[in-house]
Amino acid sequence: MSIILDHVNYVYGGDTALAVHALKDINLVIPDGQFIGLIGHTGSGKSTLVQHLNGLLRPTGGNIYYNGEDIHAADYDKKKLRSKVGLVFQYPEHQLFEIDVFSDVCFGPKNLGLSRQETELRAYAALKQVGLEDAYFYQSPFDLSGGQKRRVAIAGVLAMKPDVLVLDEPTAGLDPKGRDEILDQIAKLKEETGITVILVSHSMEDVAKYVERIIVMNRGSVMYDGAPKEVFAHYRELEQVGLAAPQVTYIMQALHESGMPVGTDATTIREAKGEILKALGKE
Amino acid sequence: MLRDITLGQYYQTDSVIHKLDPRVKLVATICFIVSLFVVKSWVGYVAAAVFLAVMIRLSNVPFKYMVKGMKAIVFILLITVVFNLFLTPGETLVSLWKLRITREGLQLAVMMAVRLSFLIVGSSVMTLTTTPNSLTDGMEKLMRPLKIFRVPVHEVAMMMSIALRFIPILLEETDKIMKAQIARGADFESGNLIKKAKAMVPLLVPLFISAFRRANDLAMAMEARCYRGGEHRTKMKPLKYASRDRIAYGVLAAYFALCIAIRIYL
Repeated sequence: MSIILDHVNYVYGGDTALAVHALKDINLVIPDGQFIGLIGHTGSGKSTLVQHLNGLLRPTGGNIYYNGEDIHAADYDKKKLRSKVGLVFQYPEHQLFEIDVFSDVCFGPKNLGLSRQETELRAYAALKQVGLEDAYFYQSPFDLSGGQKRRVAIAGVLAMKPDVLVLDEPTAGLDPKGRDEILDQIAKLKEETGITVILVSHSMEDVAKYVERIIVMNRGSVMYDGAPKEVFAHYRELEQVGLAAPQVTYIMQALHESGMPVGTDATTIREAKGEILKALGKE
Repeated sequence: MLRDITLGQYYQTDSVIHKLDPRVKLVATICFIVSLFVVKSWVGYVAAAVFLAVMIRLSNVPFKYMVKGMKAIVFILLITVVFNLFLTPGETLVSLWKLRITREGLQLAVMMAVRLSFLIVGSSVMTLTTTPNSLTDGMEKLMRPLKIFRVPVHEVAMMMSIALRFIPILLEETDKIMKAQIARGADFESGNLIKKAKAMVPLLVPLFISAFRRANDLAMAMEARCYRGGEHRTKMKPLKYASRDRIAYGVLAAYFALCIAIRIYL
């Protein structure tokens, strides 16, 4: 049960002079239940890549398999795929349209042809999962704050009960508090339901804390793919492509260079704290 | 999917026609259209054809782009030709059942077809060689005298250029919202007309909201930079006639005079 990308290529603009090779020979295996961070600079192809995962874009070369089936085979049910691989776009609050929050979240499950009762149950559960209070359920989605709108939009995808949840820059444009709340909520959701989560971001800081695997994209290719510690060890190369490792990595590196016996592979503040205390003999 | 739509069909290349002042091209297009209705003899149409051919040659735009514009009017062209062919009274040439093709009808039909297609190709030369923005600039400058009659020339021109500027942005936005709703299981393609119309709601509501939001933001940004309409406003690149524009006006005047002469003497 997984998503497999096999030599996936994608070219925007067909065969005109303006053609852009957005994805170059991508090979990835995304097993069930992983928490993945997909990182890349603006224009690195990460948004293009995630649109391939639920069949919104068709690769110009290569194949994509979901649970062993080619998703672009003629008889493949794409609608079902889209309910299984939920994609939350960047600024998802811009897609809200219903008169109240609850009906908007019902849109997805209703499109799946579920009964009214099942639809409403799922919508309710999804809204609870993103931590929205009941008081907002029957308000117009346009009266909510930015962070609340985003939760509603994420709930709109969750209500389809996807097995894989892909979030494209879910924290873009939010303040630090809103950002942490959303990310914590996603981490909690991942823990409770065990679904696969792919978090797209350009901020190492955001993802380092949560994910177990990081995929770094650069100019349409996969540059690094591995556990956060492994990826951040390449922090100098990451800088060259306009990304940065989390600040702790730099601090630990500097401490190490100045002679303190600390490990340099800490990626979160908690880990760094442990390392430093250990080095000072105060564990 | 929606990216394929092209509006403001500017064709980028380097040519004398591209470099002309947009005002010249606007006036020339109007004159050319008028000339098509001034001349009535075959000699006149030959003159128009030669003039048009020279302009196309000078513009360096491939001919197939000119013909593209014709596709839109094929239907109108057909109706015009058919009606003129069968419904003009006069000397009968052929009669089929109750329909008669007359000599006058044939003449009129061919004339109308030529007029209409020249008209379309002629205006395509202008739109293909002028960016939408310089076109609105030219219009603003040309229509300035209308201010005496309290026509808000600057405002109209500003609205036109904003509208043109926003077409690609809104198209992109439509594409994005459409994808987001498809990801939520929306279906824009199947079903009957009513179902399809209903399916547009999740697309149109967010699109309108976004358009209003953008309009609001833009108005705010313009006011923050003290925009207050056309009064005393200067331009970074004001339109100025160069010698090639004067020559172009000369050529145009000669062509127009020729057309009038043909009408009077032939």
